[in-house]
Amino acid sequence: MKYLIETKQLVKHFGGVNAVDHLSIGIQEGQITGLVGPNGSGKTTLINLLSGFFSHDNGEILFSGAGRKKIFPWENQIYDITRTFQQIRLFEQMSVLDNILVILTERHPFLSLFERHTSYHLKQAEDILKRVDLHEKRFDNAFDISYGQRKLLEIARVLAMNTNIILFDEPFAGLFPEIIKKIEAIIKELRKEGKTIILVEHNMTIIRSLCDHLIVLDAGKLLAQGKPEEVLSEKIVLEAYLGE
Amino acid sequence: MEYIFHILIIVSIYGILALAQNLVMGQTGLLSAAGAAFYGIGAYGAAILATKFGINIFFSLIFVPILTGMIALVVGTSFARFRDDYFMLATLGFLMIFNTVARNWEEFTGGAYGIAGISKPYIFGFKLETPFSFFFLAFTVFLCILTLHYFISRSSFGRVLNAIREDEDALSIFGYQTSIYKLLAFALGAAFSAFAGVLFASYLTFIDTKLFTVNESILLWAMIILGGIGRNRGALIGALFLITIPEILRFAGFPVELAGLMRQCIYGLLLIFLMLYRPRGILGKYNL
Repeated sequence: MKYLIETKQLVKHFGGVNAVDHLSIGIQEGQITGLVGPNGSGKTTLINLLSGFFSHDNGEILFSGAGRKKIFPWENQIYDITRTFQQIRLFEQMSVLDNILVILTERHPFLSLFERHTSYHLKQAEDILKRVDLHEKRFDNAFDISYGQRKLLEIARVLAMNTNIILFDEPFAGLFPEIIKKIEAIIKELRKEGKTIILVEHNMTIIRSLCDHLIVLDAGKLLAQGKPEEVLSEKIVLEAYLGE
Repeated sequence: MEYIFHILIIVSIYGILALAQNLVMGQTGLLSAAGAAFYGIGAYGAAILATKFGINIFFSLIFVPILTGMIALVVGTSFARFRDDYFMLATLGFLMIFNTVARNWEEFTGGAYGIAGISKPYIFGFKLETPFSFFFLAFTVFLCILTLHYFISRSSFGRVLNAIREDEDALSIFGYQTSIYKLLAFALGAAFSAFAGVLFASYLTFIDTKLFTVNESILLWAMIILGGIGRNRGALIGALFLITIPEILRFAGFPVELAGLMRQCIYGLLLIFLMLYRPRGILGKYNL
């Protein structure tokens, strides 16, 4: 089977602990792949490795079949990847609008010196903010908006990047049902657009509702994978993850 | 009247330095202690060119900032791996190296005796000797730097610098090679500081290493922290305030020696007061 993202015997250790331990998985294009597992099972570490936030110690990561020895985070735009963070990381002392504009404008340092955001950029940013119901907050500083709105702003930055591969790290954590519904709808829209999504999540209802494929990790190793309904009823998963 | 113009010249020079420090520290979040070193490189560059080669200060105003910017690119490249406190210590080390070299390379820098007899700038046979005429040069350079700084701040480049200050790692995820932006901001700041150094050397006609110590870097920090991190208006108010304090003290009847000491105490007290009650500074939008 051909995968858009593949890891082969991927290893990442912190001191003596193997956070990701000889992990070999494949992510299919245009699907939502859920990534679940108990705390410390290596989900976020895997997201960090795939987005170049951490460098891997051993093994291989392949994008569209091409292996990358070292992944630099700034290459994400080239490789069409973006992500959100488990702990929200916004540009706190910048306006909500600037948090989006900085994603939309020129990447080349010299060219960016001579670029001021145009009405085209502004319209794009405002459309994205309307999509996540943050348009009215566009002139507020990121640290002045509520927790739910901060989560939405992270999603808005992902929408601004408009990449083919999106890595969501617990986007629903600690949110009210209303905002959960909003983010669920956005993720469904992204799937309709043909985006490839990896979703780290603990809420099994959301996993069942959104994911096409599910990967369960435990202690950095692959425990099970397959269709969500089937995987979540496997005894080994219930024992390791749900404690049943 | 000459005295007023003297103050205005010094305020213009420190205004340039505060803008440079604001670009590097206020906007980009680089805790640089190298401001005084680049200021000194600018001053020594102009002084050496003027006294050894008879080069007009107007030419130095073009070449010396470019040369200083290039030095900053080399230094900044080797500092690229450092962040936060480590970056501050590395730049402090660079300032100490600059000071040691300037104090000991007597053939060029005059060592501890410094360099005297630096010529005033001249253009079309007219020498800018009076404080009044020199003020126009200093203020013009200041306005040019202010315009350039405004242009940078309003560009996409400026917005990226702000995002680096907020969260460099998160920004890199969105496809930015942040080290290049930081390096460019560092080099631009160094070039701006060199403009101030060239003006200062030419105005004073004498420089020595005691003028470019860590105290000078701390003064630049104090200016932008007092005025408001990340805001040009704040940096300028900080410069104006801290330059005029010793003059006000002198008029208040304090002897010159005591006024100098009082100045240091007031700087210290102001910083403590601001950190306690207004960490963003007078006009600041951002926390350090």
